[in-house]
Amino acid sequence: MKFFLAALKRDLLLVFRHRNDIINPLAFFLMVAVLFPLGVSPNPVFLAEVAPGVIWVAALLACLLSVDGIFRTDYDDGSLEQMLVSSESLLLLVLAKVLSHWLISGFCLAIISPLVAMMFFLPEQGYTALILSLLLGTPTLSLMGAIGAGLTVGLRKGGVLISLLVLPLYIPVLIFGAGTVHAGAMGLPIQGYLALLGAILVLSLMLAPFAIAAALKISVRS
Amino acid sequence: MLEVKNLFCERDERVLFENFSFQINSAEVVQVIGQNGSGKTTLLRILCGLSDAYTGEIYWQGKDLDEVRDQYYQAMLYVGHLAGVKGSLTAEENLYWMMQLDKSLNKCTIADALKQVGLYGFEDVPCHSLSAGQQRRVGLARLYLSSAPLWILDEPFTALDKKGVKEKEALIANHIQGGGSVILTTHHDLMIPGETIRPINLDEEAVA
Repeated sequence: MKFFLAALKRDLLLVFRHRNDIINPLAFFLMVAVLFPLGVSPNPVFLAEVAPGVIWVAALLACLLSVDGIFRTDYDDGSLEQMLVSSESLLLLVLAKVLSHWLISGFCLAIISPLVAMMFFLPEQGYTALILSLLLGTPTLSLMGAIGAGLTVGLRKGGVLISLLVLPLYIPVLIFGAGTVHAGAMGLPIQGYLALLGAILVLSLMLAPFAIAAALKISVRS
Repeated sequence: MLEVKNLFCERDERVLFENFSFQINSAEVVQVIGQNGSGKTTLLRILCGLSDAYTGEIYWQGKDLDEVRDQYYQAMLYVGHLAGVKGSLTAEENLYWMMQLDKSLNKCTIADALKQVGLYGFEDVPCHSLSAGQQRRVGLARLYLSSAPLWILDEPFTALDKKGVKEKEALIANHIQGGGSVILTTHHDLMIPGETIRPINLDEEAVA
């Protein structure tokens, strides 16, 4: 536990020193929200209709854009090698890195999402659903994205490959995430959707750390 | 301590070594020599478990490395080509993290280690504003902290000044006298006071 906290603290400190890393996903998210109505239609009825899907797609892409860098600098400066020759648990380390990625991407997105929802005229009763679905869904995005990041970290240009690898895994989260917001906005019960998002999160929390650790070992050792 | 048997490694369809066996005993310095591209770094990475591109057996204290990996990592210190120093962290923060990662870095305090590598007064400076040699020193400060018996050092003296090299040589001598062992690659003329250096020549291992 002490090791987990030390790893988390280090990663957050690194993010704090490179503030761009926090701003990038948020800026992307907000830009989509601002530009979409300008490009398509400012009609409130139409925007409220597409809001769940657009907000979730923007959040998903914002996560995907930032997940590529999760192991990149550690690979480039040799820190990752040191992590692999450590007797400390690689699983805990990987979890700490994913958690810190989520805190700067998914968690922040969930917090500013009501602002975006307002721009899209999403009915107020859908706000809770939006925040809860992002809070439950985005950690899965970080976990699965980290598998792709681990596999492609050794490649010079992993950016495109990571999207190909990870996007199919993101689709269920997108469907249930946007579904939650749709249901919430119409005043329907959302517990079923949240339970599904929670189940996907638990499953990926159980399995993804092993896959990420294995992916990192493959990337470094070959 | 470490025994390697029948190592075979091939890279880009070129055999780097074949039927290659050696061992590293306690209180011994082994220098891996060879031309650029002869596989020095590859060999050290294999010994660290950072490369799977080989066949053969490696034993640590008589046991298969795969079975005692955790014990091995506690007893081994690896300083690679890349120092593993984060530019945006200060020297002190870097060493603090390294100590979290490697529990055998417990011989002295971070402040002592930084003083020994001549970075006293630079502990609060982000490493990206240090010179290449100073960054190297941050990575090598681990040697002062380490109580691990086996050191695996890949080009540890790159970018160091002459005085720095002398100090590291003295440190290695001290480590050997304490019963530890070192395997390293370097293009410097290594002079370990009071010790003989056993060379392993990879150019002879290569199959033409």
